[in-house]
Amino acid sequence: MTATTADARAELRSGRVPADPKPRRGGVALLPTVALILGALYCVVPTLWILIAATKSPADLFSTATYLPSIGRGIVDNIHDLSAYGGGVFWHWMLNSFLYATLGGMAASAISAAAGYALAKYEFHGRRLIFNTILAGVLLPQIVLAIPQYLLLSKAGLTDSYFAIVLPQLFNPYGIYLCRIYAAASVPDSVLEAGRMDGATEFQLFRSVGLRLMGPGLITVFLLQFIVIWNNFLLPFVMVNSDDKFPLTVGLYSMLRHGADEASLYSLVITGTLLSVIPVIALFLSLQRYWRIDLITGALK
Amino acid sequence: MATTVSNSGLRRPRLPYLLVLPAVLLFLLFVLAPGAYALILSFQTRKVTGGLLGSTSTVVFAGTSNYRSALGDAALWGSTLRMVAVGVIVVPVTVGLALLFALLLDTPRARLTRFSRLAIFLPYAIPGVIATLLWGFMYLPATSPIGGRYIDFFGSTQVFFAVANIAVWGAVGFNMVVIYTALRALPPEIYEAARIDGGSETQIALKIKVPLVLPAVVMCTLFTVLGALQLFNEPNTLKPLSNAISSDWVPLMKIYTDAFVNADIYRAAATSIVFALGVLVVSFAAGRIVQARVSPAEKGKR
Repeated sequence: MTATTADARAELRSGRVPADPKPRRGGVALLPTVALILGALYCVVPTLWILIAATKSPADLFSTATYLPSIGRGIVDNIHDLSAYGGGVFWHWMLNSFLYATLGGMAASAISAAAGYALAKYEFHGRRLIFNTILAGVLLPQIVLAIPQYLLLSKAGLTDSYFAIVLPQLFNPYGIYLCRIYAAASVPDSVLEAGRMDGATEFQLFRSVGLRLMGPGLITVFLLQFIVIWNNFLLPFVMVNSDDKFPLTVGLYSMLRHGADEASLYSLVITGTLLSVIPVIALFLSLQRYWRIDLITGALK
Repeated sequence: MATTVSNSGLRRPRLPYLLVLPAVLLFLLFVLAPGAYALILSFQTRKVTGGLLGSTSTVVFAGTSNYRSALGDAALWGSTLRMVAVGVIVVPVTVGLALLFALLLDTPRARLTRFSRLAIFLPYAIPGVIATLLWGFMYLPATSPIGGRYIDFFGSTQVFFAVANIAVWGAVGFNMVVIYTALRALPPEIYEAARIDGGSETQIALKIKVPLVLPAVVMCTLFTVLGALQLFNEPNTLKPLSNAISSDWVPLMKIYTDAFVNADIYRAAATSIVFALGVLVVSFAAGRIVQARVSPAEKGKR
């Protein structure tokens, strides 16, 4: 644990993963390289195939060789038809998913950071109880709560609203747990004491010392929660029924269900699937260096 | 100045309470309250009283009847069995492949490791529903590029593998990175003696690396088991594509169908409670095993 966090901090300072210590003498280890490429293909092929399938017109989809792309206007027509579907509702779903995941992820990280910092840096009544209760929350399957959450929110008249999708996902026990570890590892008590000597208020210390030093860990917490909300299906599936509030997952699922009667919709579902994968892959690759899995594993030990 | 410091040391600052307040409120509103509400619902039922001028219904105390009918329902046990069957495939394959890929990435002179690592990690960012759509169209005979015309991916046995494959595809990368990070945290000097003695890379991997990253492997197993218990997105999304998947294929689909299709929230609440208890028992047991396995390994390391 101590070694890992020290490593992590050294890496944080340098801002990149340390240079590869592997010896690179001699030739290529053929078998491991081939096995890894096979693994990579297994993971990439479905996405590549959907790229090919999205180029086909509804008629071609079921008639032409599956692994050959259709050259022509197929993909343009598909995107055009998809944009026209339900009055452009697909783009609404895309926007919704981004809004839910970004705003929800940011709010959840702020709440986790505040709670984690307090639990790590202060002795106060109920600290142990709160922390243990939150830890138990990690074990409870959140998914089981979706139905009673729906029933309670419907009493408050909040179902079928943006709140119903975002609010239940703001409580992130794993995020609080990680933030407590980051705060304990990256915010030294001596710095806080020095700040107090200089007359800083506790809140100023939290904002300007605590949050700043926890920063890189907070980005990881944000990305983890972003993916959780982006990937969530059951909660929005249960909570909303007007299709302009759907996220992509529920929207494409509803399209597929209609497609069971109308095979021409399959092309649109395939195109929509492709379009929904592209931005998240782009986001993922561009934010690659913020994926601090070492921070997660550091926390596991 | 000095007095302020000693004051702030003595006085209990209010800030920590304010900082934990949002999290505690959210916990009460969205975990405790729904949990308690589900518990209350599970002991109630709606009774229809037919009068001469049409029928009215009232909510009455039902004792344990919801629990008895939930536990006596063969469909629930069938769905549990199917979940276990998928889990028996998913857990060892996911953890095994994750460990294998992590060890391969850590092999000296393996090439294209950056590309492979990213490619294998990528499915983690793809929602289960979208992943199921990707694979669903690959399975579907009319569109399949992988021989769906000749292999029935939705056959009564094959469907378990078809569902498991999607779950494995989504989970291998994350677990691989967790194990790989644990491998990279090991000091490289520990392999030197083995290399000087002429140990092969395979022997080093199996005899030195695997035992040292066992805690990470056990942790991945725990995460994968918990994920398998909550199987829902994959079979639920495959359902419109195939008749092989019923509306109560896994426990969570059964609960959903009871609550929203059959509109029997009382019975769905009882089933949810039973299911949540089952998950808690499994996670506690798994947690115990993790502690028992991890503690000696951790001690051995120091």
